[in-house]
Amino acid sequence: MSTMAVPDIAVAPVDEGFWTRSRKVGLTLLALGLLSAVLFGALATDQQARFTLSDDAAGAALEINGTIGAILFGIITIAAGAALLAGVPKRWFLPVLGVGLVAFVLSFLCWQVSAAPTGQNFMPLVNVIRGTFILALPLIFGALAGVLCERSGVVNVAIEGQLLMGAFSGALFGSISGSVWVGLVAAAIGGAFISLLLAVFAIRYLVDQVVMGIVLNLLAVGVTGFLYERLMQTDAAKYNSAPRFSNWEIPLLKDIPVLGPALFRGNIFLYLGLLLVLVIHIGLFRTRWGLRTRSVGEHPIAADTLGVKVLRVRYRNVLLAGVVAGIGGASYTLALYSFTKNMIGGKGFIALAALIFGRWNPTGALLAALFFGFADQLATYLGAINSVIPSQFLAMLPYLATILAVAGLVGRVRAPAADGKPYIKG
Amino acid sequence: MEPGEIHALLGENGAGKSTLMNVLYGLYQPDEGEILVDGKPLKLKGPSDAIGAGIGMVHQHFMLVPVFTVTENIMLGAEQIRGGIAGFLDRRRARREVTEVSERYNLRVDPDAVIEDLPVGIQQRVEIVKALTRDVDLLILDEPTAVLTPQETEELLTVMRSLKAAGKSIVFITHKLGEVKAIADRITVIRRGKTVGTASPEASRDELAALMVGRNVRLTVDKTPATPGEPVLEVAGLVVDDDRQIRAVDGVDLTVRAGEVLGVAGVQGNGQTELIEAIMGLRPALAGTISLAGDRINGWKPKKVLRAGVGYVPEDRSVDGLIKEFSVAENLVLDIYDRPPFGAGLALKPDAIAASAKERIEQFDVRTSSADAAVGTLSGGNQQKVIVARELSRPLKLFIAAQPTRGVDVGSIEFIHSQVIRERDIGTAVLVVSSELDEVIGLADRIAVMYRGRIIGIVGPDTPREEIGLLMAGISPDAAHDTIAAPAADKPGATTAADSPGVADGSPASDAGSASEDEA
Repeated sequence: MSTMAVPDIAVAPVDEGFWTRSRKVGLTLLALGLLSAVLFGALATDQQARFTLSDDAAGAALEINGTIGAILFGIITIAAGAALLAGVPKRWFLPVLGVGLVAFVLSFLCWQVSAAPTGQNFMPLVNVIRGTFILALPLIFGALAGVLCERSGVVNVAIEGQLLMGAFSGALFGSISGSVWVGLVAAAIGGAFISLLLAVFAIRYLVDQVVMGIVLNLLAVGVTGFLYERLMQTDAAKYNSAPRFSNWEIPLLKDIPVLGPALFRGNIFLYLGLLLVLVIHIGLFRTRWGLRTRSVGEHPIAADTLGVKVLRVRYRNVLLAGVVAGIGGASYTLALYSFTKNMIGGKGFIALAALIFGRWNPTGALLAALFFGFADQLATYLGAINSVIPSQFLAMLPYLATILAVAGLVGRVRAPAADGKPYIKG
Repeated sequence: MEPGEIHALLGENGAGKSTLMNVLYGLYQPDEGEILVDGKPLKLKGPSDAIGAGIGMVHQHFMLVPVFTVTENIMLGAEQIRGGIAGFLDRRRARREVTEVSERYNLRVDPDAVIEDLPVGIQQRVEIVKALTRDVDLLILDEPTAVLTPQETEELLTVMRSLKAAGKSIVFITHKLGEVKAIADRITVIRRGKTVGTASPEASRDELAALMVGRNVRLTVDKTPATPGEPVLEVAGLVVDDDRQIRAVDGVDLTVRAGEVLGVAGVQGNGQTELIEAIMGLRPALAGTISLAGDRINGWKPKKVLRAGVGYVPEDRSVDGLIKEFSVAENLVLDIYDRPPFGAGLALKPDAIAASAKERIEQFDVRTSSADAAVGTLSGGNQQKVIVARELSRPLKLFIAAQPTRGVDVGSIEFIHSQVIRERDIGTAVLVVSSELDEVIGLADRIAVMYRGRIIGIVGPDTPREEIGLLMAGISPDAAHDTIAAPAADKPGATTAADSPGVADGSPASDAGSASEDEA
């Protein structure tokens, strides 16, 4: 403990000069706005860009002339950038930035939708929003698992493995028992099993947590792949035909235009995911459990001197993370698809990116996951309308955004101070 | 301990003060012996037991979560909650309690401030409030003034008096005589893990200093009188900050001549480390000049300084001196691996390295299973000999040895000392820094005593150790800058003699201590 350095004390805030972060972001936004107003405006056609409020081309729609829309939204982005450049009060920074970015995306969409082949000049909003949430769902569960784990000081690279094990256990035991609920519990236990290995090796045996996480991911791929080939492929009817949760319509909420059909006619996993974001956020910042979790992730020695059981807190949180990720894995096999080999396909790592992009904060992680989901959904949509933008480019966007986030361009990203550091008493 | 008493625990770094108190606080388990509270033996399994028994502790390095607010830090571990099993924090009640306690003891803190935004003095106040909200009767303050400015120190002493008035007992750990005399009711002096005496605050500084430093028979080193030549190292008006941007070296003037050993004595944390690092180019000099044989070397990279003929034994060999996983042979050429005969172009010459290693190992009596053994597998003394062998294998103008025998066995101490003297006798200027007074007295031809970043006096090696001990405690022969307030008055912003963080008063020093005692 004597090697603990006294934390650096910032007595006076660092004077950044004229080019504050807010101004730099403003300049970037201004450039993006110019790009969209000029380039997207020039490329857009005079066709109407229709954003239908339904699943398809039918029904009511928001319409705008493609060229005008692209230029108009571009100008809004320019205005937002100019406002940041001129200097806005601190609490206005995020809202203004948000408006600017949304306007940029809209300008882009005006161009794309208006330039689509005739007859396809529409974007079904319900479809896009629903798709965004469905694609984001495993990321939400995965990132929450990361929050639970890393806030207590254990790096969780094993999210991928936890999701996969959850998906597999859910499918297997759901099929055998014929009950979705048994499948759900099995999925939670499956995820917790990977977590238990992570906890024991990271906390008890002080193995490097990142290395351990990667090893566990490989283990999960290996074990589930083996059992998939031996069991599920030979007798799919018995072992890989889990029942699925049906969609539950939520009274009243389902009737909200656009959002109702997009979100409130979904399955249990969607509701559970959103609820968990809320619960974990409140838990982390409002309860004793949260205070102790954060203290252990930030300064375990201090927590120890106050009688907090550091290792116990860590074990508990890592296991909880496994439960959450396991349920997230089941959101595939107990609602959408049957199990296939390596079906998570890297989503666990994108969840890790969402965790960082969301600054180790449940709500931030939700927003990051939705952003990634939207980029994914947009790629699908653009492919469907034969866009000139290669869909691979959009698929790249989440990673690019994460790199920018980690580089500190979206604000200071600071991991819990003791994240990844094993605690050795005495 | 009596109720309402301030009991000072006085001792040098590594004397065992902090260890004793960590045992009292339940962080370490005692090997033997017992702790009595109100006549009953107490078994402490952890800090919560200690808190339960009414013992609170303010650690030398604060135990505060930097990103938490004051209230969150204080409530942690003893949270006020509502809402049953969900355990929602009752921040309002916690904040009220913080305000109440801080007002009662006149320790004003903003309950909603975030710790990392607060100055060190206020953080310490938060620590004290934290202990007081837990209803402690006995408060342990571990080197509380080490990180404080003189003004903050004054405030702390006032707080301690008011706590005492409120009936709390305080254990005050320090190595600063002035503070002890200003506040303590009773003084226990500890040296090398043993109580060597108790005193009342009326005891004179000399008595206290003598108790603290000890009257050991001095270490003998065979040497002839020095024949000093030209000045080799000249330091003038040097100012250096430590890692926390606090002034550590505050206007040091030094000259080391060829063929003499200048010993720098002083309680650890008085700027010795920063002085040496500045000379080696490891730490920027903010003012003043450093010259080596006439060349100004301010701002030189360490490699250039080394190549200019400076040998350097760093104070922490495991961090700065050796690469533990590398072999003995590799560690022996760390400084010149890229030069002939050991390197040519991109390649190393293993044969030359091995041959040279064999020679060095014999010459410097390094006890190792082979030259290819990882240096980390060697004993402390032999590791140190590897460093000394490496540094003394180049032609040197200046040899700097910081804590050259810390954590080293008796035999190796003797050997290293003889090597230092041999280097002196071939005409190298030698600068030895050690917190072991015996070592400095044994080796040096002149002794400079550092206190609070300054050379407080330069004396000959025949000076009585008591006098040097007084100097180390900041009492110069004219006994002028005596009180703790004086340096603050004549030097605003001057730092206290702070232990640099990361340099712990850990066991290596005391190992060396007991070793030299054995030899004596």
